[in-house]
Amino acid sequence: MSNQKPNQMAHKIKKKLLSSREYIGVDQLDGPLVFVKKTHPVGYRELVECVDSTGHVRLGLVLDTSEDVVVVQVFEGTSGMSLPETRVRFMGEPLKLSVSKRMLGRVFNGLGQPVDGGPQPIGDLDLDVNGKPINPTAREYPRDFIQTGISVIDGMNTLIRGQKLPIFSGNGLPHNELAAQIARQARIKGEDTEFAVVFAAMGVKHDVARYFIQSFEETGVIDNVALFLSLADDPSIERLITPRCALTLAEHLAFNEDMHVLVIMTDMSNYCESLREISTLRGEIPSRKGYPGYLYSDLAELYERSGMLKGFKGSITQLPILTMPSDDISHPIPDLTGYITEGQIVFERDMNGRGIYPPVAGLPSLSRLMKDGIGENMTREDHPHLASQLFAAYSYVKDVRNLASVIGEEELTPLDHQYMEFGETFERIFISQHKGENRTIEQTLDLGWEALSLLPVEELHRVTEEEIETYYGRIAEKDYDRIGNTK
Amino acid sequence: MQYSTIERRKECKKEQKPNRNDEVRQTPSMEERIVGTVQRVNGPVVGAKGITNAVMLEMVRVGEMRIVGEIIKIKGSTAIVQVYEDTTGISPGENIYGSGMPMSVELGPGLIGTIYDGIQRPLESIYAMSQEYIERGINLPSLARDKTWDFIPASVSTGTIVREGEIIGTCQETSQILHKILVPPGIEGTLTYIAEEGSYTVTDVIAKVLPKVSNAAGGASKGAAPEEKELTMMQTWAIRKARPTAERLPLGKPLVSGQRVIDTLFPLAKGGTVVIPGGFGTGKTMIQHAIAKWCDADIIVYIGCGERGNEMTDVLTEFPKLIDPRTGQSLMNRTILIANTSNMPVSAREASIYTGVTLAEYYRDQGYDVAVMADSTSRWAEALRELSGRMEEMPAEEGFPAYLPTRIAEFYERAGYMRLLSGEEGSVSIIGAVSPPGGDFSEPVTQHTRRFVRCFWGLDRQLANARHYPAISWLESYSEYMEDLLPWWEQKLGFQREKDRTEMMELLHREVRLQQVVKLVGPDALPDSQRFIIEVCTVFKNAFLQQNAFDDIDRYSTLEKQTRMLALILLYWRRGQDAIKKGITIVRVRKMRALQDVIKMKFTIGNDQMELFDKLEARLERGFDQLESLYV
Repeated sequence: MSNQKPNQMAHKIKKKLLSSREYIGVDQLDGPLVFVKKTHPVGYRELVECVDSTGHVRLGLVLDTSEDVVVVQVFEGTSGMSLPETRVRFMGEPLKLSVSKRMLGRVFNGLGQPVDGGPQPIGDLDLDVNGKPINPTAREYPRDFIQTGISVIDGMNTLIRGQKLPIFSGNGLPHNELAAQIARQARIKGEDTEFAVVFAAMGVKHDVARYFIQSFEETGVIDNVALFLSLADDPSIERLITPRCALTLAEHLAFNEDMHVLVIMTDMSNYCESLREISTLRGEIPSRKGYPGYLYSDLAELYERSGMLKGFKGSITQLPILTMPSDDISHPIPDLTGYITEGQIVFERDMNGRGIYPPVAGLPSLSRLMKDGIGENMTREDHPHLASQLFAAYSYVKDVRNLASVIGEEELTPLDHQYMEFGETFERIFISQHKGENRTIEQTLDLGWEALSLLPVEELHRVTEEEIETYYGRIAEKDYDRIGNTK
Repeated sequence: MQYSTIERRKECKKEQKPNRNDEVRQTPSMEERIVGTVQRVNGPVVGAKGITNAVMLEMVRVGEMRIVGEIIKIKGSTAIVQVYEDTTGISPGENIYGSGMPMSVELGPGLIGTIYDGIQRPLESIYAMSQEYIERGINLPSLARDKTWDFIPASVSTGTIVREGEIIGTCQETSQILHKILVPPGIEGTLTYIAEEGSYTVTDVIAKVLPKVSNAAGGASKGAAPEEKELTMMQTWAIRKARPTAERLPLGKPLVSGQRVIDTLFPLAKGGTVVIPGGFGTGKTMIQHAIAKWCDADIIVYIGCGERGNEMTDVLTEFPKLIDPRTGQSLMNRTILIANTSNMPVSAREASIYTGVTLAEYYRDQGYDVAVMADSTSRWAEALRELSGRMEEMPAEEGFPAYLPTRIAEFYERAGYMRLLSGEEGSVSIIGAVSPPGGDFSEPVTQHTRRFVRCFWGLDRQLANARHYPAISWLESYSEYMEDLLPWWEQKLGFQREKDRTEMMELLHREVRLQQVVKLVGPDALPDSQRFIIEVCTVFKNAFLQQNAFDDIDRYSTLEKQTRMLALILLYWRRGQDAIKKGITIVRVRKMRALQDVIKMKFTIGNDQMELFDKLEARLERGFDQLESLYV
């Protein structure tokens, strides 16, 4: 055996000792970046404390380290700091968050410090906020259906426990309402467990934060929610840490406390913008639209911190929300997000205009984990085929609508007329629902069949004979309660 | 074997849980030699100074954490090290330890069925050390050192000359893969010892070779007495260097994937290369999985390069359960997985595709047909871009380095159908996915890759939105292997197939023009004869091109089934066309009962029920006969 272990220990102790050194005066201030020359060897991504002339401590992170100069990114910004009077301490370890179950029901700022007036909760563990990559062999493949009570999600873009499913929205669209509704209604079919919610707000407005808090309070789930708020008027650089703090707590709750955690992160676009800001300040070579080349890897570091682990009861389900700049889905932020997440729920402005809530665009929305979480013993045996048939039919409806807008509705063939009618009904009774409405999966699937029954049997290629026999045209006869759908 | 460890771990998980933040590390086995010290840390790029005797592309370990890196630039006494792990906490002044070896992989029995990260660390073993998360500085052997294999010497006797690439023995690696032990490239000489049949580990000496003096590979020892070389079942190879072969052979055999749109319309040859570009959600990974499951290669190397963690878990849970239709064995018995998911360090992502293709070449050298799935090469290119940016190199298009096309070409050129050093034949086929930003195929990675591959399966967003899977666009895709494979097709499946294929492709292209008319004036404006073209194409798309990867019957179609299905649809086209000429309306043709069966034949007729096609054909013919007798 070599002497590696004692070596490492000595190394650690040395670092700890060096961290008590304090450097008075820095060499350059540039936006949120602080440059310190002639320091002891400082580790990459080490935590830094900057004390300004008033004695206020600001946290920062080492972005680049070399023998000559260390670049520190200060989360609270550098306003009010001066070159000679700033004191800098390098802490010899990465940024850590002290986590515990007691953090539920509390409100924190973007760095994990309480802002609700209460004391700092006592932590059980200090965890590195950057997390570590999960070994793919340690993952458990997610396949537990989450019933959100929202037809277009449950029926066509099923959310699975441990999935990361973002909402691609636009300004002025009801993404917050949908996220709050999911957080309120999400249940595992046949189980009574509730989700703990970790909420990370990055650069959102005070009203939005208040909306979420209020919505959690009204339904009494607030005791199960931890909020990390980095609001629009907080320093933009703090947003880079906010989701990492939130996910660190989520990991603790899920894998040390056996809880099922739903993480809502809004708005990812603001996070990416902060990343671009830092990248530009550092003079890095940009890739698309000025965003750094590592935007994909950086987003992946966040999104991949979800899922289930073998041998652990808990899970992390992520629901990131992002607003697509000018509703452009090919913009780098939604584009790269879509490449990492397991599907996406896309909002359509046109549907919102027509008064359909939730305005989920049928075709571009997708849930990748749906295939393994639905069907017999999970939802209902007809679910996979029904969803596939609804997609196919609805896609044809879009074609027919385009055609109708050119040649006029009268010129359509009788079959196309039937499709038009199906499309209308589908949007009115299946997609559209009330903001407080919580449908069971059976209700959702029955509504799907009700819409499909408007089409002739020969058109249904993706469902089996038996399913047609059992469900086609039968739903209207069934005695069931259609809550709030009759307009 | 690997699954039992997991089961065990599950049971004792509770006790072990508090340990998960412990640092479990093994002592590095290589010789410690300080080659320099850290000068600057910028993400995965580390500047080093005081470089003494480092070699270009040498594998090094950085700092007291001993994290793995590779020297990629040397200038005077400074060097740049690309680090394969997270560099948090590394500070200037820390030592850099050299290994004296280039970045290499271990090759030998035990690779199959294993899951590795981008630099060939066994993820199963790391997990077995009670780590849900991948710690840094782990140094585990890629091949299990304690596992024994039953070695059977080949009919070579001591005293004979053995050459590089020659087979000196075998061992049964999995129930379907016979692992051949090769003389490593660069070694040639007199065999002085060969082990007897028995159980050996990968480090036990199984043969000794006295090299020839004049051998170029032993250049250093020129003049001196040649030293006897000890061979084990394991050998190492540098990942960035292609393994040698005797010669490249022309491609003439298809890589049958069981996917109808691929095999029938855009086939891939064994030893060929193909690129699958597509925006997110268009099903790149689904196609890669389908091919990995059902294609007729002997070995599959699946590289998950910068993609989702759950996708690799999906493969890990699904493949062992699936049965290979040709061998009746579990699919995991022929699969090697390289997983470098998107949140794992970026530079290991860069290395992962080289690691994967090197393993593939090793099995090719044993005479196997290997298929490499690289999902996705865009992530690899992005890793190149990130590293290049950190090194402050001058960027070319969209921030990518100017050497991107060279690197892409080097990678794809490692595919091919080869005559091996042992005299046998083997092949490596590369199926690379590309994730173009915004689904725009004009971006650099897609464009450059197109220049170096001969087959293109473009994925179409519209098709994916309509849940038409596989969403391979029949208008944009092409295969240059069509011509090369023609003799093989004609010999196996007759001449009619190629005629049918051409006719169908022509119909699909005519349909596009007709659809443009329909979009302007509606379908009623077209005569029945033209509407029937649209009708036949719709049937073809629903009944043939769409394939359900989750249906037990439909997920895989033999070539024979594909040929029969195509022939039936064309029968419908030819008879229907005649009927319409005779004045029967399209509505009546469409209402035929047999047509519904044609549309559902992919689900109803199994791969071993070809006689049902005869019946269906007869019914379709009868249906048309009846129509004509009633209405003409």
